[in-house]
Amino acid sequence: MQDGATGIGASVKRVEDKRFLTGKGRYTDDINRPGQVHAYILRSPHAHATIKGMNKAAAEAAPGVIAVFNGEDMEVGSLPCGWQVNNKDGSPMHEPGHPPLARGKVRHVGDQVAVIIAETLEQAKDASDLLAVEYQTHEASIHMDKALGGGPLVHDEIGTNLCYDWEIGDEAEVDKVFAGAAHVTEIDIVNNRLIPNAMEPRAAVGEYDRSDDRYTLYTTSQNPHVIRLLMGAFVLSIPEHKLRVVAPDVGGGFGSKIYHYAEEAIVTWAAPKVGRPIKWTAERSESFISDAHGRDHISHAKMAMDKDGKFLGLKVATKANMGAYLSTFAPCVPTYLYATLLAGVYTTPVIYCNVKAVFTHTVPVDAYRGAGRPEATYLLERLVAKCARETGISQTDIRRKNFIPADAFPYQTPVALQYDSGDYITTLDAAEKAHDVAGFPARKAASEAKGKRRGIGYSTYLEACGIAPSAVVGSLGARAGLYESAEVRVHPTGSVTVFTGSHSHGQGHETTFAQLVSEKLGVPYDAIEISHGDTDKVQFGMGTYGSRSLAVGGVAIDKALDKVIAKAKKIAAHMMEASDEDLEFKDGKFTVAGTDRELSFGEVALSAYVPHNFPHEELEPGLDEKAFYDPLNFTYPGGCHIAEVEVDPETGVVTMERMTAVDDVGRVVNPMIVAGQIHGGLAQGIGQALLEGCVYDDSGQLLTGSYMDYTMPRADNLPSFGVGTESTMCTHNSLGVKGCGEVGAIGSPPAVINALVDALWDVGVRDMPMPATPQTVWNVINSAGTAAAAE
Amino acid sequence: MPTVSMTVNGKKVSGEVEGRTLLVQFLRENLRLTGTHVGCDTSQCGACVVHLNGDSVKSCTMLAAQADGAEVTTIEGLADGETLHPMQEAFREHHGLQCGFCTPGMVMSAVDLVKKNPKASEAEIREWLEGNICRCTGYHNIVKAIQHAQTTMSA
Ligand code: FES
Ligand code: FES
Repeated sequence: MQDGATGIGASVKRVEDKRFLTGKGRYTDDINRPGQVHAYILRSPHAHATIKGMNKAAAEAAPGVIAVFNGEDMEVGSLPCGWQVNNKDGSPMHEPGHPPLARGKVRHVGDQVAVIIAETLEQAKDASDLLAVEYQTHEASIHMDKALGGGPLVHDEIGTNLCYDWEIGDEAEVDKVFAGAAHVTEIDIVNNRLIPNAMEPRAAVGEYDRSDDRYTLYTTSQNPHVIRLLMGAFVLSIPEHKLRVVAPDVGGGFGSKIYHYAEEAIVTWAAPKVGRPIKWTAERSESFISDAHGRDHISHAKMAMDKDGKFLGLKVATKANMGAYLSTFAPCVPTYLYATLLAGVYTTPVIYCNVKAVFTHTVPVDAYRGAGRPEATYLLERLVAKCARETGISQTDIRRKNFIPADAFPYQTPVALQYDSGDYITTLDAAEKAHDVAGFPARKAASEAKGKRRGIGYSTYLEACGIAPSAVVGSLGARAGLYESAEVRVHPTGSVTVFTGSHSHGQGHETTFAQLVSEKLGVPYDAIEISHGDTDKVQFGMGTYGSRSLAVGGVAIDKALDKVIAKAKKIAAHMMEASDEDLEFKDGKFTVAGTDRELSFGEVALSAYVPHNFPHEELEPGLDEKAFYDPLNFTYPGGCHIAEVEVDPETGVVTMERMTAVDDVGRVVNPMIVAGQIHGGLAQGIGQALLEGCVYDDSGQLLTGSYMDYTMPRADNLPSFGVGTESTMCTHNSLGVKGCGEVGAIGSPPAVINALVDALWDVGVRDMPMPATPQTVWNVINSAGTAAAAE
Repeated sequence: MPTVSMTVNGKKVSGEVEGRTLLVQFLRENLRLTGTHVGCDTSQCGACVVHLNGDSVKSCTMLAAQADGAEVTTIEGLADGETLHPMQEAFREHHGLQCGFCTPGMVMSAVDLVKKNPKASEAEIREWLEGNICRCTGYHNIVKAIQHAQTTMSA
């Protein structure tokens, strides 16, 4: 790719950067509407309590206060869940109501109890101190074992804390394989609960215009059209044409800004009541107790092998925490985004998985970067590493002998998915080379000479993204389609605006999507603008999550571009008095084969809008095409992550010495942006492995409720990363792209923990929980020492 | 309500604030300089970093009244007209930002680092950034950008 190139494959610098670097970004909290007032949400301090009464009088009389509303005042629909999972017996999951403001009971610390609306935020907060809520507190079910073992019910009307009991695979068949296996390796796995922590706290501004009976909601969302649908149709009964949802610049999401949250409904509902626009912005301590959390699985898994270490069967039992209410996508995360990934990159012929989803008195849990796939990968790659140890086969040999071979695609797994492409040996080889695995023994010796221990860990993983074929997910319980929409509007002078249903909250779509257009239309890059995030501008959209922007949204743009070219070709053929079959379109020019006749794209665009010489019998004027793209399959990025850690056995301090990731993300449109996405994912994966853990005490108080207690990865916790791509093309979309947003967070945690176990194997360590903080590591080392001494 | 006066991005400004008003609130609400962000309520994240009399400070950690009479530079005042500051340019060049939310604080903090320790090693850069949290970039490209700016800022 030469310098100055702006098409596919060029590391074009981002167009969005200028505004972000000069303080001109426009995030939701930066928006101030005329006459705007402020909302403060009073939240439950208890995990489980009955609201016995609430005296609003003193708060209502406080200076500046305009209104106080509670759950009795706000009689609206329930915050909806977008995915129904069925039990083993075919009956539907339990689906409790979720009022935006609690009615009767509060079910987690942070549950919304009332909203105080005042002229200033300070006045609203001051008044919240005067709002007298009488609670009768109850014992809470915080941990899943207690919730399932007769602990207090989260929803009395359901009569159980078991949301669903789901399975995939034939258990009897898998048991038979285990009965005849030469070797069985078992593992217990806890996937630690995480708090997403996008740096921009959630915010919402609700506004109502009486003159045309129209609502506008500005919100920190990854999918404004989805919010319009969920809030409009299910909660507030506002039809789409009367509701505009704008998600402007959004400061990171990682899943946590997919869901429809109570505060969005509260400010929209209250705006006409107070006759003023209302702004709410979360404080970080509110984010901790109100943004959907991630992960939180407890699993037992076992692998059956033949005498040579070939995988014969896998059996998994998982408990997944749903929290107190079902968040928008929560039920699908530990089922269709998890258990269907349990084949990983291996030829394991039979798999059975049972998943029990559990209500607890904690914040709802939903998709967080990777969603289900990190949980599957962590389980599988820890188990595979243990299989290698127990069979005496090397970490790489056991993987190589069980990989799906590169010539076996399309490959049907026993857990529903059909992989289209991949080459796992190539990514493993490339990662080993990039990591300098050959130099590891020398580095290990150097560490040992300093009294430290050093280990190396692998993760060869795969994920399913490009979410998702609507018919498939519909048959699995999704209540929405998962296509994407695009509109390519060519203006009379040949400049282009693309309206996309994807939403950028850090991904750089304004750059990458413009590259698609520049490549295909030959239009200069600076004559292209990407518009997203406003339901009044973009025809429709399902938004950005599940690494779907390029693989679904980008392909929708590509389809619209094809339609633009097809129409422009007909116009050009008419103008040049040729048949459109004889026309070629290349580098922004239409040429007639065998002649020197040519027209630029801009000339044709002008003719579409000034149609003096135009095929009116055949075409309408204008050059503006729309497309919807519904993917034919998921896409399957995969790769190899290698972690290398050094441990100080005296203190338990772990240093990330090297982290290498070679990923197959399909065709790469902007290598700079892809590398950046992978860096960010790796940091979150390493964060999960070493630093981040959400801790509740038994009464349901969140002990990790601020950045003093919840350890976010800082610059000095991380190394510079070695990242590369080795791509096979996706075979079922026109761009060949697979997706790169989540791979870093999916592949890396087991590599890090496998490296730690490797580093400490010789001192008797056999397992290591996440997050492997110095205290945890120190304790594990010391109890391993005691255990070894007792052996 | 007390009145505070200060020079922000070269302009003299003053406004009425409550005693409890934080500098960051004064910048964002009174002056509508929304480039300075608020990412936490415990003075950990650094999204709010500005320069106060030439030093980087977390503007959520001081009262507006404490900045009375001070010279404040925010991200909006860093570029020279249309010409980006070398640190801004370096972040763009090295893809040191994704969602952009941590970016203003990151850039202001990084400028102060390079002024105070122009030859900071990678480890020193990472240590300096301990008070600036980024959830998007994994810091890899932020470090690269700062290393690049170490050369361009001295040029
Ligand atoms: S806002 Fe987080 S440190 Fe100031
Ligand atoms: S770029 Fe998003 S938090 Fe740093």
